[in-house]
Amino acid sequence: MRFSDTLNQSYTAIKTQPVRVLLIVLAMSIGIASVTVLTALGESARLYIVNEFQALGTHLVIVLPGRTETTGGQPPIFGETPTDLTLADANALLRSRHIAAIAPINVGAAPVSTRGLERETTIIGSTADLRQVRHLSLAQGRFLPASDSNETLSVCVIGRTIKDELFANQQALGQWLRINDRRFRVIGVLASEGQSIGVDFDDMVIISVAAAQALFNTQSLFRILVEAKSKQGMYKAVDEILAIIKARHDGEDDITLITQDSVVKTFDDILTALTLTVASIASISLAVAGILVMNVMWVSVTQRTSEIGLLKALGATPRQLLWLFLTEAAMLSVAGALSGLLLGKLALVALQTVYPDFPLYLPPWAVAAALAVALLTALIFGVLPARQAAKMDPVTALSKR
Amino acid sequence: MIQLEHIHRYFQVGEQSIHALNDINLTIKQGEYVSIMGPSGSGKSTLLNVIALLDQPSSGRYLLNDQDVTQLNDEQLARVRRENIGFVFQFFHLIPRLSAAENIEMPMVLAGIAAKERKQRVAEVLKAVSLADRADHRPDQLSGGQMQRVAIARAMIMRPGLLLADEPTGNLDSQSGREIIELLESLNQQQDMTLLMITHDKSIGQRAERCIRIIDGQVS
Repeated sequence: MRFSDTLNQSYTAIKTQPVRVLLIVLAMSIGIASVTVLTALGESARLYIVNEFQALGTHLVIVLPGRTETTGGQPPIFGETPTDLTLADANALLRSRHIAAIAPINVGAAPVSTRGLERETTIIGSTADLRQVRHLSLAQGRFLPASDSNETLSVCVIGRTIKDELFANQQALGQWLRINDRRFRVIGVLASEGQSIGVDFDDMVIISVAAAQALFNTQSLFRILVEAKSKQGMYKAVDEILAIIKARHDGEDDITLITQDSVVKTFDDILTALTLTVASIASISLAVAGILVMNVMWVSVTQRTSEIGLLKALGATPRQLLWLFLTEAAMLSVAGALSGLLLGKLALVALQTVYPDFPLYLPPWAVAAALAVALLTALIFGVLPARQAAKMDPVTALSKR
Repeated sequence: MIQLEHIHRYFQVGEQSIHALNDINLTIKQGEYVSIMGPSGSGKSTLLNVIALLDQPSSGRYLLNDQDVTQLNDEQLARVRRENIGFVFQFFHLIPRLSAAENIEMPMVLAGIAAKERKQRVAEVLKAVSLADRADHRPDQLSGGQMQRVAIARAMIMRPGLLLADEPTGNLDSQSGREIIELLESLNQQQDMTLLMITHDKSIGQRAERCIRIIDGQVS
């Protein structure tokens, strides 16, 4: 039997059952659509996060005080630190040839007020280099001036939210802002960044690191951000940072380094796993659709018993009958998969209109996988009914009316 | 052409074993016209099914064109059926969704014959059964006699050596019944097809050159 004839026979058989076909195609397309939409969401989230990290510069090294003894654990952000990182440590790092810029960071929360308006917000103490390291851009004014990091400057740069909340309809530049009991003059307003990996630069006040240390009455640093000169130089920079700090901390190896690409890779792995998990959950609906295909095929085989008997009498081999019915199942599934892809695409377009900022992207492999899975379900669930047809006894089949 | 030697066929119905064919010995030569008659339950349908290769005998030997067909597997049997045997049934057994031409074409589709040749041969046999103007009609648009002629066209399309007819007139009025019998007889005479026909009707059965009576699974 020719392949085109098999297709044609299956097609004419399917055509006689429009309602049943419609239902099965609907079930299959819902399954495929949910898999594609969820895969697209997961994949887009992954790309979004990875891009977000990469926008920070791929050769960023974060220096944290303290060290976890076991590898892979969380760095002890709130844990005890044997030796504090200090401003002097940070400045010493500049000796390395591979380091382009360093930004010591101190973080705290404090009430910020001006003329009766008060707001509790995050205060970041850093240096002029923070702008380069974190790729910050300004809406108005200028960033912290380059100066000796030990110098306590009475100036601050504020985020967009702070500007809107405290200086609603007025010029913020040049105004005084009170943080705790100290006064800082606003010299710059950050351009709105939105959330950037969990740090809301909009709701934040940036002051010089020495001022922050005085404000929070501490000598230690929260962390140091280091930008290496190049991607290749980053690993050398890591070694040199370790060596410099070790020498300064009496031979203690007591800092933790996080490189940008390791963070990206970790997130990449996590989100890929997440995408696959979500897609697998969605594929449960595909299994349900597969069972429906089996059901429909079973009804089809039972209804056409006498026809199967006839085909056998006319010389159809068991294998031909098997393929006839499998082709029918496959046709139903592929039709479902195609309309499911269309449905998924529509859903994605709709989502994109609602959330224009979120980059939605359906990877080509997901389309191919959806089609392959649909075909596979059809073959797996279609094989039992098809075998029943192939194995039928022609005499009994023919006597059915 | 057909050689049956000591054919037995048992059926197990519940606890009971039914001896449907009891030591059948039968030789039918190429081009013969044979009718098989007998009361219902006598085993004539079972005999036809065995000859048609739709059923396997419990024991005995069956040579079709000198080939022992009791040893073949399902795939091989299907092929032998396709090449050598044409069927005409009491209830026509046309596929309802297909047109007359498509029904007639079916054995050739299964045999993998090219579409162009199929079309040509279908046109020929449609003319032979004088249904050329009904090619695109579906079975429900045809009369009983016309349906049976479509079925006969389908049976002869592969030019088989053996034509098996199981009560071909059983569902027809006497007028169209006679036409069908004449058509089958002309195939037997003009194309040298062996015609084997089961019938209840004495007047039809006696038209055959040879009449075989079956009673209780035995040739009498």
